[in-house]
Amino acid sequence: MILQMTDICKDYPMGKTMNPVLKHISLTVEKGDYLAIMGPSGSGKTTLMNLIGCLDVPTSGTYLLGDVDIGKCSSRQLSDIRNRDIGFVFQSFHLLPKMTALDNVALPLLYAGVSKAERKERAREALETVGLGDRADFRPDQLSGGQSQRVAIARAIVNHPRLLLADEPTGALDSASGAQVMDLFERLHVDGSTIIVITHDRGVAERAQMIRYIKDGILTGGDDGE
Amino acid sequence: MFENIALALQGVWSHKLRSVLTMLGIIIGIASIITIVATIKGTNDQIKNNLIGAGNNVVTVQLQKDGYAYEMEYNELPSGVALLDEDMKEELEELPDVEGVGYFRRRNWADGVYYRNTAYNGSIYGVDADYLSINSYSISYGRGFTEEDMAEHRKVAILDGSVADSLFQGVNPIGETLEIGQEPFVVVGVAAQKVVNEAVIETLNDYYMYMNTGAGKIFVPIDCWDVLYRYDEPQAVCLKASGTDAMTSVGTKAADLLNGRAVSSTEIAYKADDLLERAGDLQNLSKATNNQLLWIAGISLLVGGIGVMNIMLVSVTERIREIGLKLAIGARQRRILWQFLTEAAVLTTLGGILGVGFGIGLTFMMSRVMGTAVSISIPACVIALVFSMVIGIVFGLVPAVKASRLNPIDALRHE
Repeated sequence: MILQMTDICKDYPMGKTMNPVLKHISLTVEKGDYLAIMGPSGSGKTTLMNLIGCLDVPTSGTYLLGDVDIGKCSSRQLSDIRNRDIGFVFQSFHLLPKMTALDNVALPLLYAGVSKAERKERAREALETVGLGDRADFRPDQLSGGQSQRVAIARAIVNHPRLLLADEPTGALDSASGAQVMDLFERLHVDGSTIIVITHDRGVAERAQMIRYIKDGILTGGDDGE
Repeated sequence: MFENIALALQGVWSHKLRSVLTMLGIIIGIASIITIVATIKGTNDQIKNNLIGAGNNVVTVQLQKDGYAYEMEYNELPSGVALLDEDMKEELEELPDVEGVGYFRRRNWADGVYYRNTAYNGSIYGVDADYLSINSYSISYGRGFTEEDMAEHRKVAILDGSVADSLFQGVNPIGETLEIGQEPFVVVGVAAQKVVNEAVIETLNDYYMYMNTGAGKIFVPIDCWDVLYRYDEPQAVCLKASGTDAMTSVGTKAADLLNGRAVSSTEIAYKADDLLERAGDLQNLSKATNNQLLWIAGISLLVGGIGVMNIMLVSVTERIREIGLKLAIGARQRRILWQFLTEAAVLTTLGGILGVGFGIGLTFMMSRVMGTAVSISIPACVIALVFSMVIGIVFGLVPAVKASRLNPIDALRHE
């Protein structure tokens, strides 16, 4: 088991009252799963992603990532967990514009305290994996959208995280580039990666092994849904 | 850490104009401080050198009464003061930091000295065998005093260069006869003082303050003094100290020793001419005005620091998404904090380096254009650099803390 969420609620303050965004969500992900979470905008799927990605902590309920109780972690511990256990892929890539592709990919290793030589080597490997070994010295503004997203995926996998977490990974791409990116996810899945994709795009969701739906803060579908 | 510095330098380079404008306050502040300190130090060194004569390090110990030198030419022989003997001289020579001791008697304004019909109006010294060497005199031509001159009380005289010029006017003085106190003295040599440091004279005040040797000196053996003036006139003492900073202590100790041995009066006592003290008084005078300038330069640094804080806040806002991404992929808050602190410190330290450079340039320009005495202070440069770095850290703190406390979720979504 990679991830287990039990009875998770998340409230956000809205004026003087608390607005429940996620309502009693339970979710289990096993090693090697490829899961899509689908929902329209405003459904709470971004909030759910923030919780899964340890960018935020739940108001109530327990979230175990591996054997760590995320709700009890300090902000510093959460930083280390995000660095070690989560690989983020964002809709808008979030590459640092002044760095080369290689340096962008190597960034998480810097925070993990890996030596400079090893950082270069592992970043190069990750770029090879996403098929961009020849673009290592390019800057983001010299890369196409599809290439940028693949660099971002290389950055997400470079530290061998437990979980690859993608938020609308094809949202900013044309369909051909999007398809390439989805092919890449599939290959990573076949190689053993655990992947969660959050999307409103049915085509993207259907590439996954299983789909869960979220609407109005309630998660449905699958074995442990309500 | 080095990576942060390298990144920060890249950042500064990629925003050249902005960086320079931001650094301007720091540059101006540091440059003015360097210049002011150089001027203060230059003036102080000049005062000290003018008064003391660097390298000579000779302290004069003479009788004083009521705070003034006791001049024999205007006063009675002092009662309660014994003559100094050779034993005391040996004791003086054994004092710490003393390299040599000479006895002498002096008239600042000699009277009754003539060469043919020309009267001499400089000073005259009765000196012992050590006096001339202690005061760094060397014989330019002719000869110095010999043991026989001293032992047999020969009536011989040595002139300094200005007497040779003014009194003899082109005639070779060696072998000529001077009339001193109606006694004939044969000139045997001309001596010149090794000038280690020529006093810088710019105003009439400077002249009165530093120049009392302009009219020349005539030296005769000290034991001839009784022929010319009074037989048992107490001597003055000159002592060569091992260094400029030892002069004060040498003078004090020598005066104490002499007062214990030779003085039984309570009204009159040996006292050292404390040139260091006089220099200190003069230096304090210039320090007080310059301290105000330093405060004004300090205000410019404060303004510069606020400019840095402002630009760092802008920089944080510009890079919110970058910060968000870094936080999301596992950068600890502390790392973000250090990143921005380093950037601010690099910015201000660069400003400091430029400021020191400009300050040194400005200093030399000032000394060239206005003729002020200047001396670049290395410690001041180092302190200025460290201080500019501290300014970066202090004023970078608020923006850096703001950056590190950003919520990664909001930061990532920032447009």
